[in-house]
Amino acid sequence: MAGEISIEQIADEMYQLVAESAGQKKLKSTDLTKAMTSKYGDKVSKQDCKDAIKMLIDSGRCVYGYYGGSSIELPRVEGSANQ
Amino acid sequence: MSDLKTPLLDELEKGAWPSFVKDLKTMADKKPMVKDLLRQLEKSYTDKRGYWKHGGLVGVMGYGGGVIGRYSALPDEFPGVSHFHTVRVNQPSGWFYTADALNELLDIWDEHGSGLLNMHGSTGDLVFLGTVTDELEPTFRALTAKDWDLGGSGSDLRTPSCCVGPARCQNACYDTLALTYDLTHKYQDELHRPMFNYKFKIKMSGCPNDCTAAIARSDLGIIGIWKDDIQVDQAAFAEYVDSGMDIQGAVVDKCPTKCISVEGKEIKIDNSDCVKCMHCINTLPKALKVGKERGAAIVLGAKAPIVEGALFGSVMVPFMKMDDFEELHDLIERIWEFWDEHGKNRERIGECVERVGLANFIEGIGLEPIPQMIKEPRDNPYIFYEEYYEEE
Repeated sequence: MAGEISIEQIADEMYQLVAESAGQKKLKSTDLTKAMTSKYGDKVSKQDCKDAIKMLIDSGRCVYGYYGGSSIELPRVEGSANQ
Repeated sequence: MSDLKTPLLDELEKGAWPSFVKDLKTMADKKPMVKDLLRQLEKSYTDKRGYWKHGGLVGVMGYGGGVIGRYSALPDEFPGVSHFHTVRVNQPSGWFYTADALNELLDIWDEHGSGLLNMHGSTGDLVFLGTVTDELEPTFRALTAKDWDLGGSGSDLRTPSCCVGPARCQNACYDTLALTYDLTHKYQDELHRPMFNYKFKIKMSGCPNDCTAAIARSDLGIIGIWKDDIQVDQAAFAEYVDSGMDIQGAVVDKCPTKCISVEGKEIKIDNSDCVKCMHCINTLPKALKVGKERGAAIVLGAKAPIVEGALFGSVMVPFMKMDDFEELHDLIERIWEFWDEHGKNRERIGECVERVGLANFIEGIGLEPIPQMIKEPRDNPYIFYEEYYEEE
């Protein structure tokens, strides 16, 4: 049942997914949530996934990006920024 | 200002209407970035192309919305607008500001940005136009210290927006201001942390006059409506007749379902045929009022023509009591659940409903099919019907 997997573990696994797809595919919040719910079934809830994403963003490990749609990305200087 | 040569922009200052160019020139004396803004704009007019780059990663810590990154494509030529980000500020319900509140906002923006404002953007927010990346966090801190917050941008719930409702309008069928406040607070995560396929707009109008254009400009429109009969004050109606007003031409002939007739100095309305168009109530405000059994109709799926064509909202719930908002919260969350599950990237909810089919959608969100759920409302807000011209 939901709560069996800790929020920290979900956040770590989400971070791995974001890191692995960096430069190839922009992952959305729903992509990360679906990846976790398909892996763990009802051991994680959507709220757990929301909390994990919040943890990733608030800690600065990931940031929100926007290019057509919003995505969760590794922190970096965006290509269009003027230094 | 003497070094500022903008002959094409100067043309826009001519004529009867106020010009944004005049405003920008006023600010250019105080803010060098505005001077470069005018220069870049003049070059755009000359070259017939825009020189803005959309930047996607700027924001404030923790939030995924509220800041729209913008950079000049010519930073060396126009260094003042090298960064020119936009900040959306969540507006008060119904856009009621005190003078103190406005001064507070202006002081913050004078200190941290260009001083240029847009009141208001089409989503409803107050928009701060133009600042550099390093000023985003200080702007956010200054706003939150005064109890302001950012609005939505990106694939999230956009800032909920409403008409003035019962604060100033006798037609309001529910408290639009209270509902906007409620939704803004209840869905903070959805507003500031993008988790949808694409944007989701909620607009609240207190009556079918629909002053927020919810039917055309919001994914979820909550439009005030009544169930019982239009309230009639026959004495006040008789005064309209006595004043010589053309009741037949101005009201009776313009009723779309022809459910109004006049007998002597009395107005008769066949309420079973009334489609709540508001024309008679708007024309005879002293004699006619909306009914007493009030609530809201919930429409879903409107959008402007970005990505796919424009859509009007379709009725999902023809009447919902708005005494408390629990039933609405429940419906919104079921809609989001379905959209999460079945929506595609950059697909608005209206497009999703079209793709999966209305029958599948209403089954998916647990609504019973009813006659008011039409499959195809007028799907293009820009159609002009020929017969209107023929009548004229």
